[in-house]
Amino acid sequence: MSIWSEARLVAGKDLRIEARSKVTLTQVLPFGAIVLLLFAFALDPDRGILTKAAPGLFWVAVLLATLLAVARAFSIEEQHGARDALRLSGLDGGAVFLGKMGAIAVELLGLELVLGIGVVVFYDIRIERVGVLLLAALAATAGLAATGTLYGVLAAGLRVRETLVPLLLLPVLAPVMLGATRSFEAALGGTTSDAWPWIELLGLFAVIYVTMGVLAFGPLLEEV
Amino acid sequence: MTTRWTRTPTTAPAGLFPRPVSRALGWITLASLAVLVMFGLGATPPDAIQGDAVRLLYLHVPSAWLAYLAFGVTSLASALYLWPRTRNIAYDRIAGASAELGVVFTGLTLVMGSLWGRPIWGVWWAWDARLVTTAVLFFLYLGYLALRRVPGSEEGNAKRNAIAAIIAFVDVPIVHFSVTWWRTLHQQGTVFNPDLNAKIHGSMAFTLWWGVLAFTLLYVWLLDLRYRLAVLDDGLAGAELDLAIAERIAADSPAREPVAATVDAASAARVEGSAR
Repeated sequence: MSIWSEARLVAGKDLRIEARSKVTLTQVLPFGAIVLLLFAFALDPDRGILTKAAPGLFWVAVLLATLLAVARAFSIEEQHGARDALRLSGLDGGAVFLGKMGAIAVELLGLELVLGIGVVVFYDIRIERVGVLLLAALAATAGLAATGTLYGVLAAGLRVRETLVPLLLLPVLAPVMLGATRSFEAALGGTTSDAWPWIELLGLFAVIYVTMGVLAFGPLLEEV
Repeated sequence: MTTRWTRTPTTAPAGLFPRPVSRALGWITLASLAVLVMFGLGATPPDAIQGDAVRLLYLHVPSAWLAYLAFGVTSLASALYLWPRTRNIAYDRIAGASAELGVVFTGLTLVMGSLWGRPIWGVWWAWDARLVTTAVLFFLYLGYLALRRVPGSEEGNAKRNAIAAIIAFVDVPIVHFSVTWWRTLHQQGTVFNPDLNAKIHGSMAFTLWWGVLAFTLLYVWLLDLRYRLAVLDDGLAGAELDLAIAERIAADSPAREPVAATVDAASAARVEGSAR
């Protein structure tokens, strides 16, 4: 089996679990929506601050939801000795990484779509340059999912996992937060050419962390 | 019968250097810091524009240098641990000791920078690229230290720590690059005015370099001390485990052997077990 079909197998398993348990749909998604609502409480909706800050607020909401998605992706491996089964399956460590990362990325993309609609409705945003937005979102999501999966397995099985992962993950994601926000700002209000350097940065980030994940996931999965 | 678990160890734990070297290094470090204080507070003139506030330079720059040095050593030691041919638990301890020093001195750099910024710029904090990068660096390695505190098997933890250190290290240039970009794209003329530091008096330059040297010595000395502490910590954890096992065995056996004797038996069993 090639690494890609193995990865598809793992991603399919995770997405099937999500489709049946609906935890992402019924818990992570509403969480992200509430965060959008909270921003409106914090920043006066009448002054246009929300509209101006919308790209940043959107990505903060996605970032927070990512923490939940990562926690969920690894809590399903804790039950019923699933991680042992994964280890014994003979699947390549890199393929397992790509699979789990892929599943998280698909969930995040769905989440971003819904939150994006929420931003358009609540924050009075007019969508422009859909292609640029889509490209930036794809690159950013790949980076979020790759680092999330990497730190997820790093902290898997640890008793302090819930509190440790955010502390590890958020500083690392600072460039993603910056790049995603700036490229969205450029696509929505500024000029498209301002978005490209940021999208390239997001792409570079994703490539670096996907590579690290593929290399490090096998050894990390072996650790109890 | 030996009861080494109760006695204070008579031999000092192995450090990076022999004990006398470490001790001499300590005295040299303290002496060079004293010289730094003399020059920093006395021999150098106040700055034409900044006045006495410029004296923070002699601490701020060396401690920032030390922070970067420390994180560099952490990354190098982690890479050496991950490399199968150089795998040694000593590298994990060096990485941890160095990261602790790095976080402390990154924190000091931020605090001193803030104290300096208030009288000179009028603000405690500015969203300057260097400041933001340093702050992210601080949290990056704070997370790494939190990960290091998690209990677990020695080998498993060491491998996890090393990988986490590499992940964090790779992020540093990306953070620096993106933050610099962010602040220069949107805001012209940052608070750091290059003209402000362009001309530096002879004795001021000397004091600055002396500070860098003194702090480097301080780093090496503290690294050695922290390393020794890590060795002692690991030894203590092992001894406590021996004691717990011995008590358990003693509680189970009707003959009620003295605990000390069973500690040695437990210790032997554990060593045997870990050798396998």
